[in-house]
Amino acid sequence: MRAAVSQPLAGAEPRLLRGPTLTRTTLVLGTGALALAAAVVAALAIGSVGVAPGDTLAILARRLLGLPLAETWPATAETIVFDLRLPRVLTAALVGGGLAMSGAVFQALLRNPLADPYIIGTAAGASLGAVLGIVGPALVPGLAIGLGSAWLGLGFIQVLAFAGGLGTVLLVYAVARTGGRTPVVTLLLTGYAVSAVLAAVVALLMFQSGRALAAVYSWLMGSLADASWAELGFALPLLILSFALLLARWRRLNLLLLGDAQAATLGVDVEREKLRLTMLATLATSAAVAISGTIGFVGLVVPHLLRLVAGPDHRLLLPASLLFGAALLVLADLGARLVGGVPVGIVTALVGAPFFLYLLRRARVVVVA
Amino acid sequence: MTVVAPALASLAGVSFAYSLPGGGRREVLRDVSLELRPGELVALLGPNGSGKTTLLRLLTGQLSPDAGSVALDGRPVGEWRRDDLARRVAVLPQQLDLPAGFRVAELVEMGRAPHARSLFGSTAEDERAVRQALVDADAIELAARYADELSGGERQRVLVAMALAQEPELLLLDEPTLHLDLAHQVALLRTIRRLRGHRSLTVLAVLHDINLAAAFAPRVVVLAEGGVAADGAADDVLTPALVERVFGVSVRALQAGDGRHHLALNLEG
Repeated sequence: MRAAVSQPLAGAEPRLLRGPTLTRTTLVLGTGALALAAAVVAALAIGSVGVAPGDTLAILARRLLGLPLAETWPATAETIVFDLRLPRVLTAALVGGGLAMSGAVFQALLRNPLADPYIIGTAAGASLGAVLGIVGPALVPGLAIGLGSAWLGLGFIQVLAFAGGLGTVLLVYAVARTGGRTPVVTLLLTGYAVSAVLAAVVALLMFQSGRALAAVYSWLMGSLADASWAELGFALPLLILSFALLLARWRRLNLLLLGDAQAATLGVDVEREKLRLTMLATLATSAAVAISGTIGFVGLVVPHLLRLVAGPDHRLLLPASLLFGAALLVLADLGARLVGGVPVGIVTALVGAPFFLYLLRRARVVVVA
Repeated sequence: MTVVAPALASLAGVSFAYSLPGGGRREVLRDVSLELRPGELVALLGPNGSGKTTLLRLLTGQLSPDAGSVALDGRPVGEWRRDDLARRVAVLPQQLDLPAGFRVAELVEMGRAPHARSLFGSTAEDERAVRQALVDADAIELAARYADELSGGERQRVLVAMALAQEPELLLLDEPTLHLDLAHQVALLRTIRRLRGHRSLTVLAVLHDINLAAAFAPRVVVLAEGGVAADGAADDVLTPALVERVFGVSVRALQAGDGRHHLALNLEG
């Protein structure tokens, strides 16, 4: 080895620590923002009644920014764009962004490339909650009283789905905890086992559901057809909060990629940090699932694709996941509308999975295990 | 009376047992006392299961003692905040799966985490520390490489640089030579010895090879059956009798030209 030890170093050398380079950051986040904006305008303009993109932009500018623009479009166009399509498009963006961001967090946290936002019980718990909400009133007439009331602008089904997702992850975490530690493998297996039990209960309820079966199916596939401003008002603050808090923890997420022991010697309070990250990501996931059902694949695929182009640094990966996840689901929902209103979850799986397979074969996937 | 510098790290009457899944306990350390003075270079030896790694984990606060106290600068390790501790104590693990997709400079920057001042960026101080760590660990030419392209010896140098970027006072090495060939073992231990002088590091290294330990460290601590079997200058401690008692193997002492003795295995016995 050379003996160049502790020599004073010349200051004129290029910086080593540039972070994700400025060009890469600008390119990735800029493309993401443009893709999202384009997807939103397309999804607002295209549909059974077409509205010209220029008119769409003008309607948005008038209603959102209060610009005094002359109405050169029929009044119905404004109703369609602003009152009917915009809540749905924004919901798609919010849900897609939230799922992709949570997926990125769970993949790092569990050091498992198969991890998605639902992996430790969110989907099973939210499904049980929602199915109870759909089927319950028919089975137990007393529950029907709850149906009409609203909590924070949410219906019975959404509240139960949100509580079911959050509650299940808390339960899984508590069961997996032994001796003050929560080993990743135990957490995964516990999540799997608890999910299996809840899925069995969901299947039983579906078996008993009679005429409500179609509604149950539609929810389980994930659908944005019932999006409303009220639901957006509930999910938006939760997603903004969890995104901000998760992004602020990017350094700890990176350190956890080194393994628990090394992260601990670098100053991370590993057990508490894992619990914090799990709950923040679950909060985002549960809020998304409550207003859309269990839409698959976005949360698994988007972070993987972005690791290929943006690298594994969570400083860039988290905001990029948010933007691209949002754009992807807006487009997928547009596709779902165009092919006759199928649940959007079918589109994400049908189009997303083969595309992912293609990339897996073509590129060296950066695995986080 | 000679004035002795206060210990940087100390274990006093420390006992530790792991809880077993069945509800039982397996005692690993029993009434262990040990002091590390600033600037010391100490090798920790002992058979498998004698508690070497447990002792390191007690020093990093990953484990807390059942009895006795583990202290850094006279203050119990359990009372330190994790990031305060990480600014003083760094660990070089025997092996680490470096995450794919990061460049070496970015990995070494992770060693700066306990010093992080800026929410999203790095400071000029971080830049200086990372560069110095890379130079000192002889890894500066690897800075732009990806972790997944490195050879075993190169990865070990990157790990050394990560630990140095923490700018610790106490460096703990957990069998750092286990996966290295002989040339890389010697190179690594040379680097550590050299750095101790330049960076006023205190080093505690768990080592496997008795002769390597004797050549590396002026002071050797031998753990056996959960207790300290010997503690002192390498030549005084590492006698054939001790090795036979602790490791259960028969060795002969060979006089070397440098006046020190070396231990040779007796495979005939």
